[in-house]
Amino acid sequence: MSANCLNEARRVMTICNSCRYCEGFCAVFPAMELRRTFTDQDLKYFANLCHNCRDCYYACQYAPPHTFDLNVPKSLAKLRLETYEESTWPAALSGLFRNNGRAVLLTTSFCVLALLLITAAFNGFSLPFETYTGEDNTFYQVLPYKAIVSSFMVIGLVVFFCLMKGFLKFWQATGESLKDFFNLRANITAVWDVLRLKYLDGGGYGCNYPDDKFSMIRRNFHHGVFYGFMLCFTSTAVAAFYDHFLSSPAPYPFFSLPVLLGTTGGISIVIGCGGLLFLKEKMDSAPADIQGLSMDVGFILLLFLTSFSGLLLLLLRATPFMGILLIIHVGIVAAFFILMPYGKFIHGFLRYAALVKNAREQLVNKTDKK
Amino acid sequence: MSTDNNHPGSPSAKHFDILVIGGGNAALCAAMTARESGMDVLVLESAPKEFRGGNSRHTRNLRYLHEKENKYLTGPYPENEFWDDLMRVTKGKTNEELARFIIRESNDIGTWMEKHGCRFQPAMRGTLHLARTNAFFLGGGKALMNAYYAFAQHLGIKIEYDSEVVDLDIQYGRFLSANVKQQGGIRKIHAKSVIVASGGFQANLAWLKEYWGDSADNFIVRGTPYDKGKVLKVLLDNGVKSVGDPKQCHAVAIDARAPKFDGGIVTRLDCVAFGIVVNNQATRFYDEGEDFWPKRYAIWGRLVADQPDQIAYSIIDSKSIDLFMPSVFPPVEADSIEEMAEKLDLDSNGLNETINKFNKACKPGSFDPGELDDCKALDIDPVKSHWARPLDTPPFYGYPLKPGITFTYLGVEVNKKAGIIMENNQVAKNMFAAGEIMSGNILGQGYMAGFGMTIGTVFGRTAGKEAARYVSKLPE
Repeated sequence: MSANCLNEARRVMTICNSCRYCEGFCAVFPAMELRRTFTDQDLKYFANLCHNCRDCYYACQYAPPHTFDLNVPKSLAKLRLETYEESTWPAALSGLFRNNGRAVLLTTSFCVLALLLITAAFNGFSLPFETYTGEDNTFYQVLPYKAIVSSFMVIGLVVFFCLMKGFLKFWQATGESLKDFFNLRANITAVWDVLRLKYLDGGGYGCNYPDDKFSMIRRNFHHGVFYGFMLCFTSTAVAAFYDHFLSSPAPYPFFSLPVLLGTTGGISIVIGCGGLLFLKEKMDSAPADIQGLSMDVGFILLLFLTSFSGLLLLLLRATPFMGILLIIHVGIVAAFFILMPYGKFIHGFLRYAALVKNAREQLVNKTDKK
Repeated sequence: MSTDNNHPGSPSAKHFDILVIGGGNAALCAAMTARESGMDVLVLESAPKEFRGGNSRHTRNLRYLHEKENKYLTGPYPENEFWDDLMRVTKGKTNEELARFIIRESNDIGTWMEKHGCRFQPAMRGTLHLARTNAFFLGGGKALMNAYYAFAQHLGIKIEYDSEVVDLDIQYGRFLSANVKQQGGIRKIHAKSVIVASGGFQANLAWLKEYWGDSADNFIVRGTPYDKGKVLKVLLDNGVKSVGDPKQCHAVAIDARAPKFDGGIVTRLDCVAFGIVVNNQATRFYDEGEDFWPKRYAIWGRLVADQPDQIAYSIIDSKSIDLFMPSVFPPVEADSIEEMAEKLDLDSNGLNETINKFNKACKPGSFDPGELDDCKALDIDPVKSHWARPLDTPPFYGYPLKPGITFTYLGVEVNKKAGIIMENNQVAKNMFAAGEIMSGNILGQGYMAGFGMTIGTVFGRTAGKEAARYVSKLPE
């Protein structure tokens, strides 16, 4: 963690706290108002409570070229990236957050290629290009059932463990103990904040994104990604249930629960990610942290490709392309999983931690007042 | 510099219906209103785009008449109460006809503002003491200005930045054209009518010195550095009748370490009522606890301006450090009065004596920052009427204070139709004024929070409407 980032965030928040004009936009300013001075822990917490809606930048009477040179979203985004690095487990991999796009590209290429080579080694190169009839177990003719399930089990468990370690590291870095996390009311509030994306609503009018006009467009695209992801997640869970308990292995017909959920989710992610990428391309970069851009774009692109390749697979699964598409799709999905703790994906976890902390301290504050 | 003579056919040769000089709240309210009456409007803002909006950029709320509570205001604010509040701060120095006009015309003006892009926020922590009377802009005045500029552009109003008007051609009480400095040259702009909403002259230190002498060197200008009063001066030099005492202004005591211009809200200090204030002779000079700080801060600018070297020091002890909003500069901290005196460059014996005398005069009471409490120090001159507690618990904290000037009240006299009045008491045909430049008609002295924006909004709309009415009656 660099002292520069913390000092700049502290300088900015000290000015903000004596102004407070932006308190109606999001949770950061009311949280700031509970304090007179700011510890490193406070600042790391603010950095992740900030949803980067940028409303405060355009509303700021002290924004550059003013001599105070206040840029709240940018200074918090810089610090946020450092909290990602600091929360990385194992810490040796924290360097992946710099030039994250390159890490995404390399990991994804590696996964796809490795999968291709492994299948080729076992089945020969011809297999992926054979036509499958859509009969039982066709996917598993390309990628053996046991290999898929066991490797994803291993990846899943390791990734889950790393994510939890990272989450805990951050939670403690904001000055909280583990038991404080288990506050039911705070968690309910935080979940509700997440489900609505409360703090991309800028006090009811949306983000100043991609430019200085208020708009809900980014929030809506993000909803597309989030709920699309949840649908895909549910689809996978349902499919696992079908497979395991109903002895009905993939692929499933189009009008089956896993495929319908997955297709809807996939389309939703493709639209959401596409939209977010489009907005990012158009955005005013003044309030943005350009260093974090590679991570943002890498993640959105990977998620986009995950869904896009999945949809393509669905469309072409009865053609000779099925085999190669399956390998590509599964490779991308594997890369997506592997990179979860080392890319933009963890923003969800750290932001959730910040929202829980915020809900908790605002509850305490309300009780104190009564 | 050469004057562009606007040969026919060049874009600058265009004759506008209405020229609006200024780019703050009053100017935009005027421009939008005129445009909505079908006028061709040009707005000339002297600041660059980043600093557009004059002092409105630093505002946060607006006081308006409302009979009922609404989404943003916690209760009614009727005309009589509004009027009484104005009488209290101005001590009766106002033009009742104009003042009552503003109050009445402000009735539910929030609705009009919202239709023009303004977004309000519900009452929150930072807004509580004004939550009933004043509506707060979501994100503050710059956000309001952004919204108004966007709306003005959407309406088809032409806006030019970096365009300082340096001269007006006024013949027999009639405006003909304006000379505007643009890209190093002077361009002449013709319009059938002009609305002047170019603010006060507080950023013109040389002009302030004419009235304040060298003390003005120690003034800090809280708001925009672009309010130099150039157009005001031109008007007064061209036979327009002035209004207001040139020494009167909205001035508060702010942190002496603030930048010379544009420091805005963050340099204000809310600690005065909880301690004592001494000048550089280490002597107290005014009742620090006369009333709640929000009702008193506006007199402290002048009080400090009257002290030697225009500086004073607010001193509190650790009992009070958490009672007020934090400010941008950290306090000077000391473990003893001697150390504080040394750090503030005050006479140590003098400060000790002042504080001892004050401490002895403090009568025990039940301290309550939320009430006009009974902690008084009466056997001392000046007294401290409330929140008087001995300074006895180190560490001590000190904040240097200087006069921070928000805007000046010297302006142009107007009538209820925002028409500018000439020295011969004739109303100028096609010249109107709104905002700070005419606020002296209503504010003879004193100030109340959010009222500058009320004046600007009401008179901006009035000027826009009346200018449009004038232009539409002109023969083709």
